[in-house]
Amino acid sequence: MAVALILVLITVGSVVFHLVSPWWWTPIASNWGYIDSTIVITFWITGAVFVAVVFFMAYCVYRFRHQPGRQAHYEPESKRLELWLTILTGVGVAAMLTPGLFVWRQFITVPEDATDIEVLGQQWQWAFRLPGPDGKLGMTDTRLVSPDNPLGISREDPKGQDDVIIEGGELRLPVDKPVKALLRSVDVIHNFYVPEMRAKMDLVPGQVSYIWFTPTRTGTFEILCAELCGVGHPQMRGTVVVQEQKDYQAWLEGQASRNFARLAPAVQ
Amino acid sequence: MGSILVFLTALLIIATWWLSRQGLMSKPWLEQGVAVDWLAARRAPSSAAKVGLGVFLAVVGSLFALFISAYAIRMQMPDWRALPLPKILWLNTGMLVLSSVALHGTRKAARRGEDEELRLGLLAAGVTALAFLSGQLLAWRQLTADGYLLASNSANAFFYVLTGIHGLHLLGGLIALGRTIARAWRGIAPERLQLSVELCATYWHFLLFVWLVLLSVLTGWAGDVIDICRQLLA
Amino acid sequence: MVDVPLGHIGPAHAADVDDVELYHPHSWVTKYVFSQDAKIIAIQYSATALTVGLIALVLSWLMRLQLGFPGVFSFIDANAYYQFITMHGMMMVVYVLTALFLGGFGNYLIPLMVGARDMVFPYVNMVSFWVYLLAVLILVASFFAPGGPTGAGWTLYPPQAILSGTPGGQDWGIILMLVSLIVFIIGFTMGGLNYVVTVLQARARGMTLMRMPLTVWGIFTASFMALLAFPALFVGSVMMLFDRTLGTSFFMPAIVEMGQTLDRSGGSPILFQHLFWFFGHPEVYIVALPAFGIVSDLISTHARRNIFGYRMMVWALLAIGALSFIVWAHHMYVSGMNPYFGFFFATTTLIIAIPTAIKVYNWVLTLWRGDIHLTVPMLFALAFIVTFVNGGLTGLFLGNVVVDVPLSDTMFVVAHFHMVMGVAPILVIFGAIYHWYPKITGRMLNDPLGKLHFWVTFLGAYAIFFPMHYLGLMGVPRRYHEIGEMAFVPASAHTLNAFITIVALIVGAVQLIFVFNLFWSLRYGRPSGGNPWRATTLEWQTPETPPPHGNWGAKLPVVYRWAYDYSVPGAVEDFLPQNQPSAQPASGTIHG
Repeated sequence: MAVALILVLITVGSVVFHLVSPWWWTPIASNWGYIDSTIVITFWITGAVFVAVVFFMAYCVYRFRHQPGRQAHYEPESKRLELWLTILTGVGVAAMLTPGLFVWRQFITVPEDATDIEVLGQQWQWAFRLPGPDGKLGMTDTRLVSPDNPLGISREDPKGQDDVIIEGGELRLPVDKPVKALLRSVDVIHNFYVPEMRAKMDLVPGQVSYIWFTPTRTGTFEILCAELCGVGHPQMRGTVVVQEQKDYQAWLEGQASRNFARLAPAVQ
Repeated sequence: MGSILVFLTALLIIATWWLSRQGLMSKPWLEQGVAVDWLAARRAPSSAAKVGLGVFLAVVGSLFALFISAYAIRMQMPDWRALPLPKILWLNTGMLVLSSVALHGTRKAARRGEDEELRLGLLAAGVTALAFLSGQLLAWRQLTADGYLLASNSANAFFYVLTGIHGLHLLGGLIALGRTIARAWRGIAPERLQLSVELCATYWHFLLFVWLVLLSVLTGWAGDVIDICRQLLA
Repeated sequence: MVDVPLGHIGPAHAADVDDVELYHPHSWVTKYVFSQDAKIIAIQYSATALTVGLIALVLSWLMRLQLGFPGVFSFIDANAYYQFITMHGMMMVVYVLTALFLGGFGNYLIPLMVGARDMVFPYVNMVSFWVYLLAVLILVASFFAPGGPTGAGWTLYPPQAILSGTPGGQDWGIILMLVSLIVFIIGFTMGGLNYVVTVLQARARGMTLMRMPLTVWGIFTASFMALLAFPALFVGSVMMLFDRTLGTSFFMPAIVEMGQTLDRSGGSPILFQHLFWFFGHPEVYIVALPAFGIVSDLISTHARRNIFGYRMMVWALLAIGALSFIVWAHHMYVSGMNPYFGFFFATTTLIIAIPTAIKVYNWVLTLWRGDIHLTVPMLFALAFIVTFVNGGLTGLFLGNVVVDVPLSDTMFVVAHFHMVMGVAPILVIFGAIYHWYPKITGRMLNDPLGKLHFWVTFLGAYAIFFPMHYLGLMGVPRRYHEIGEMAFVPASAHTLNAFITIVALIVGAVQLIFVFNLFWSLRYGRPSGGNPWRATTLEWQTPETPPPHGNWGAKLPVVYRWAYDYSVPGAVEDFLPQNQPSAQPASGTIHG
């Protein structure tokens, strides 16, 4: 009796907790509302299964608890019942997987008009590179990293000459413009994670990975590292400032002239 | 991870075939009494050791398949510089083949109860296996002398690791073989050595097979064959 | 019911009787220390694993103290914190759960349940334990090595695992960890061969595969999987050991570490992740399948009802075992691997949910119309279903590739895997110990203490890990020594963290009651008799309890029926032991 009651209470408690929990995802600031929708679908389906299974268990524990004279029913299996349950589970799984795969397809298909930006991780700070007036990023090589060239930008590549380099962890992005973030690391694996953007991907040394997203509202958001990268892992923070297009442009021009001036002498 | 998946698929086929003969579809609650067909399925008492060796070879196979998978992934990176294989490897391969052949003969001798042939065969297998291992060491020395050091390129590192792990497995086999030789010399009847000899022979054939696969990977033939197959399919 | 004609029952097979003479222990040392008896080895394995488990429990306290009350305990600095989480994770997954289920329960139960005198290779079995102990000692030694143990996280991802930014990366920590893993795998292979070959070769007369209890099926399948999966960790460990000590570049690309250019190039960190998870995902099921098997037997025995859908349970077990080898990259959706892999691995991962769900249905359907005795083992089995269903369902979030993107590397993952492969299997371990302790010692564990232990552990563990999901959903990353100031984290989240810590301390402390119970009942427990739960399987039918060397006395058991003849209509008792020829109880088959 008590056991069945506690099982019911656990289930009800879990559902109530879910509904009233003050801890919920951050208000979204990117185009990945579909990801949230997929999570909601998954919550509904899995929640229903959880409640059904534990309630049924509680019922059995109460109804079929040992009493003098009770004998268990003898029934080795029931093909029909098992078949139906399997089919039902299959349908449930498909209902979660199908939307998931469609959204994943979008997630890895970068739109044509996305602007390339670069995110570079190193223990334990972020640096960013934005394309200059030519709209293109220059080539890089980890072996070129040095104190006066912390991102390892190739000086032979003309496309890199006008790139805007931002150290110190504040990335600015224009609102409603898709960006493709090229992710690179010079030491260990890091992970670029902005909770409000929902997107997340590792920065792996020796290769370039990517994610894309479109910021949909202006504001300042935190960048966290989400892959253990040594003792300084929790301190590896940055910010994304999403601005209106014209504010962004004004800021970019100011940056471009400054950075260009700083890098140019080093070319020789 | 292609090679390990191929390997596991092969194991899966064997496992499915075996399980299909174990009555997995039967309804055990309907059957009482000692199952009749069960006694027939019972093999010779010695088979535990053989089955044990079989399972162990699956583990070793998985180990090498994983090493080869790692090799195949790593060799696609741009810094890969294949190293020239020392000529002595071919002599070593010959030695290992001879060793395997010798044990094959010994197995027959044990079955027929031929004392002299048995001892001779075991000894020949041991000597040729030792020759193989010394040859591998010579190959290492030669490569090191030519400047192909372990840390200078991953192709070199893989060569040393793969040959090293294979050599260690053969060394382990040599301990078992050494004990069998000692027992044969103490005059134990060939019939009683039959199991040990058979186990050694199986292990040797397997290690020879692994070595041939490794050789085909190290020389790049395996890659070529896969490329050709891919082109044929495309 | 159809009576199959009895086969020829002659004297026991010569090979089976020989076994008794093989290794008759002559002295105290060969009987209890360097014993080749699987039952002694099982106890040695279990005692060692439980000790390691207590160390890992203390480590979890320390890390929870830091998370709940950041900055209060000055000795838990970032270095120490990462060392604690790493050692906690690796110890629990490999040195406790794997060793306990396979080395502990496998050794004790396989020979008894299939009606064998012992494992087929007793000497190798003994060596297996001592090699395992060596691996544990090497691991523990890293606490005392210069620089302390590694703090690379239990996944040991290179390059950080072997660089100076990580505790133990350029000291002894990571080397000892890798060596210990390599030694463990060698030791496990020796044991694993025994578990598999004993099931294949040493079953009693009449014990067909489909008559085996699901416990044996679970441990058998898991052992086979472990034998094939551990080599992947072996390969990864050997290669990383080379990278760390000999300067190779298997996993090391060109790196500029803290302004220093390292002499490495071209290596692939993702390659390690593939190798690690090729082991790591089957490992989840290596822990889960024995738990599945054991819990099936607990539920069936204590609900006095045959396990519902036995055949489906066996097929599901095998299907999960096979599928678990092609889902590994679902741990790597955001690792920067080829994103198109996501489609394949999400599909395989969600397919594996189907056989797993079938198992859950059959457990609860076994309860349905049963005769449920709410004994302590049964309570643990019920609690297992709750936590496993909860943890399994959150797995559907993380397996579904795009849902994983916001959740991966957050506390949601921590909550998920603790629920599904931490708490759930440990509840089964407790249930199994309460269930089989009478067979091992001849005495019952104390019941009120058991119930206290159960309720605090179950409710406490649920209270720890259920709310933790929501921290992750909010975006709190895992492996943060301190969350610090995060704009999106409200103050209430810190209160929640403190709450979780307090519950964790209580749950941890209650385990001491369990340890006390283990020792106390050894002397003062109620004598149990040979078959206190009135169970059908062979281990309860031994002529003596605890079973002596050779288990069965002069005559090996003969098996006449499957493992689940409970409440058979027409039978006098509500259980028919597997070695009982007819439905009417014959004298001498049930020993008290």
